[in-house]
Amino acid sequence: MVITCDDLWREISNYLDGDVGPELQSAIDGHLRECRRCVAVVAGTRNLIELYGDERVQQVPSGFSNRLHQKLESRLLPSRRHFLGWIVATAATALVIGSFETARSSVLGGPALRSKHAKGSTRVPPDLQVIVAEQGKTFHVARCPFIHGQAGLRTIPALEAEREGFAPCVRCMKKYLDATA
Amino acid sequence: MAASVGPLENPAQQDYEQGLIERIRDGEREAFYELIRPYERRVYAAAFLILRNQEDAEDCVQETVLKAFKHIRQFRAEAKFSTWLIQITLNDARMRRRKQNRSLMEPIDKAEGDEEPYTPRDFADWREIPSEALERQEIREKLAQALNSLGQIYREVFVLRDMEQLSIEETAKVLGISPASVKTRLLRARLMLRDLLAPGLGGRWSRGIQFAKGVKPW
Repeated sequence: MVITCDDLWREISNYLDGDVGPELQSAIDGHLRECRRCVAVVAGTRNLIELYGDERVQQVPSGFSNRLHQKLESRLLPSRRHFLGWIVATAATALVIGSFETARSSVLGGPALRSKHAKGSTRVPPDLQVIVAEQGKTFHVARCPFIHGQAGLRTIPALEAEREGFAPCVRCMKKYLDATA
Repeated sequence: MAASVGPLENPAQQDYEQGLIERIRDGEREAFYELIRPYERRVYAAAFLILRNQEDAEDCVQETVLKAFKHIRQFRAEAKFSTWLIQITLNDARMRRRKQNRSLMEPIDKAEGDEEPYTPRDFADWREIPSEALERQEIREKLAQALNSLGQIYREVFVLRDMEQLSIEETAKVLGISPASVKTRLLRARLMLRDLLAPGLGGRWSRGIQFAKGVKPW
């Protein structure tokens, strides 16, 4: 199967979402080996998806959360007794979550994530073989289009990847986990 | 903790949320705080998507969250709470927008344009992802500016799919359109944004050169 640039541009979104069949995937990969223009389009599109997926892009006004909670308190919890109850409940929840995170951290025994903004996962099977790139911050399933850089790729168990500070790729790992759930 | 990527869907988290919802339904109002806390930012983004004004979006979020509390008994566990919350937000935001009558001031997005293939216009090479660039307010503003330059129908699918991390099917359900339409609009949104952003993020930003003014935000 041979495809043109027009064909590729029609499928680029599905390609990046991993939503193309093996034959089309192979044809697109082949085209990208030959066409610099399409490589630029695919790489740029992948980059913008990653950038906009970053929570730092979603800015909220200063004090937004405080004002929201004040509004809720005034409408939902009119009495001081309830408010104090909420404080106690929140503190208790924070304590439980903190204990859980501490326990989990000590079990994994690994360093902090390579990206200070990334989030780990408790759901990835520890023995799942995943791909990591030397300069990357996330781990992936094979053929994920969001693997950055082809240099220094390694296949290691997910547990090992997490110990090395890699976080799960939100796209390919989510898709994998949903498919296997 | 801020996350550079959306959190993975976690069954344990969904169970925890379902437990909170049951407690709220049983009269424990305090549990509602914990339920909505992880979604405040996402709900604000959904409101801003429609209203495009900080004050209006914040008012919308406050009312939406209260509405979610009031109607929590109507929430069905087969949907994700976050999707349900975003859907309520979008409905409220659209109602506000209609009241403001601002839609008359904006160009109409022609749905039939969906069918026409989009041809990339810029082939600037943008290989390396400059995630560190997001630390700069200037870059975040350029991204917001580019997003706001899209038509409403494209902005909606892009925000829900690529920023709120909803699936194609969830996005279709929230917007009341077919998954095929979501895919078509998403493709155009992504390619249009790339045309707008690639020249700037492809290199100029890293050399500290002032962004040029013009049609593109760079």
